[in-house]
Amino acid sequence: MTLIVSDLSVDHGAIRAIDSISFRVEEGQMAAIIGANGAGKSTLLRALSGLTRASKGSATWKGQELLYSKPEKLVRLGVSHVSEGKSVISELTVNENLSLGGLWRRNSEESNASREMILATFPRLAERISQPADTLSGGERAMLAIGRALMSKPQLLLLDEPSLGLAPLIVEQIFMSIRELTSQMGLTVILVEQNAMSALRIADLGIVLNLGRIAAMNSAQQLIFDPQVHAAYLGY
Amino acid sequence: MTMYQFINTILIGITSGAIYSLMATALVLVWRSARVVNFAQAGQALLSTYIGYEFIQRFHSFWLALLLAMIAGAAVAALIDATFMRTLFRRAGHGPIAGVAPIIATLGLLGLIRSLLGLIVGGKDARISPPVSNIGFTVSGHTLALSPLKLLIIGSVLTLMLVLSLIFQRTNVGLALRASAYSPEIARLAGVRVDGIRTLGWALAGAAGAAAGMLQTPDGNGALSPDSLEFSLLLVFGFIAAVIGGLESLVGAVVGGLLLGLVLAFVLTYISGSLVFITAFGVLIVVLLVKPGGLIGSRRGRRA
Repeated sequence: MTLIVSDLSVDHGAIRAIDSISFRVEEGQMAAIIGANGAGKSTLLRALSGLTRASKGSATWKGQELLYSKPEKLVRLGVSHVSEGKSVISELTVNENLSLGGLWRRNSEESNASREMILATFPRLAERISQPADTLSGGERAMLAIGRALMSKPQLLLLDEPSLGLAPLIVEQIFMSIRELTSQMGLTVILVEQNAMSALRIADLGIVLNLGRIAAMNSAQQLIFDPQVHAAYLGY
Repeated sequence: MTMYQFINTILIGITSGAIYSLMATALVLVWRSARVVNFAQAGQALLSTYIGYEFIQRFHSFWLALLLAMIAGAAVAALIDATFMRTLFRRAGHGPIAGVAPIIATLGLLGLIRSLLGLIVGGKDARISPPVSNIGFTVSGHTLALSPLKLLIIGSVLTLMLVLSLIFQRTNVGLALRASAYSPEIARLAGVRVDGIRTLGWALAGAAGAAAGMLQTPDGNGALSPDSLEFSLLLVFGFIAAVIGGLESLVGAVVGGLLLGLVLAFVLTYISGSLVFITAFGVLIVVLLVKPGGLIGSRRGRRA
């Protein structure tokens, strides 16, 4: 159950947002995709979850092609995507957002077990279980978005900037929870982040994107200490 | 005398308002799930009511016919979405006419349904008589504007709205319907098959519109015709009620319908019948200018 992406390209009209990229993520590993704004990070995730149509290439997972398919179909293959901006539905309550993630499973016992596990990890959500999601703080919304994705019983989890707009202390907490939960559940994770250092610290593999191409790819440990990467892409 | 006149005005307002609420609900359901203002709803309601009329001829039961008309209305609406609208969005969902294409399409559909009905039923005299008496109850010599029929209309609307809100608030399908309305992208990421859910939204709207047509007809003069003015007015008043309620919320549709019904009843009784239309459109324009999001157009309203 390795994710194998090969020669993937995505176009936004005349602009090539992702340009022939290839990489692989082994089962149970976490890949951090870092890079500046507009590097194509979100587009890559959207192509993998079916929200955006790829122009060419392939991405196989469990022997199945992920590209050119619909998101609602890919969820059933175990692909779960937390899209940019803490994808929760503001008008629904915390509990309804979680239920939404588990809707397609049609197995209330399994769903309830997932729900209990998520609420145990994020007790703040348990306290606010019947509040509408628009009353949550930024950190709580991030927790809920991740919780919603985990309710879908994912095996491949795509996370788009969970740290966006959060205070540094909360970012560390959320990243620790992500690491804990995903290794506990044995998930394969692709984590897209602007906050490069925090992401590389919890990831196994690091991929630096620049203008739609892979500029550097190495173990996360190596990338953290790579001076070239620092100077060119991490900004310090 | 004046006391009874006042009470009767309120009763008339509530009865007609209840029917406007149903039509407004139909428009809101389609708007929420497809972002389409469905002008064809008047035609669909008329078609469903004709179907209901045929069932009454066959089974001699208004209530069975109402149920069957609602099912037929749902089926027709689902068919319209799954074939016509789905193709339209695939073909004309992008480019310069994307914004107006659905509006033109539903207007065209309205004309099409009415013309086809004209061809099929022609000059045939169709009439739905009240299933129960429409003669008002009398209280100490005064006749109230509340008859067994009006009571049943109010009760039916109340029941239907209750069932709808239970579906939306308490079931998995309802959760999928709401999630798809608020955020189709997140709903899809959660595995909701949004195409099917949108068709279901159309179907519920079709049923609500059919009920509005079936309840309105015997409360009026009972006559049905392909170019029925009553059904055009039902669409217009339902639309105004939906806009008053913010176009997004079922609670808003009910509040908007009742409010419009009451205002129009008071104008009719205390001022003049000729001012009813001016008032209705005046209310629409004032709401659009002063509170374009509707009286219950906030996030809070959308939740319901």
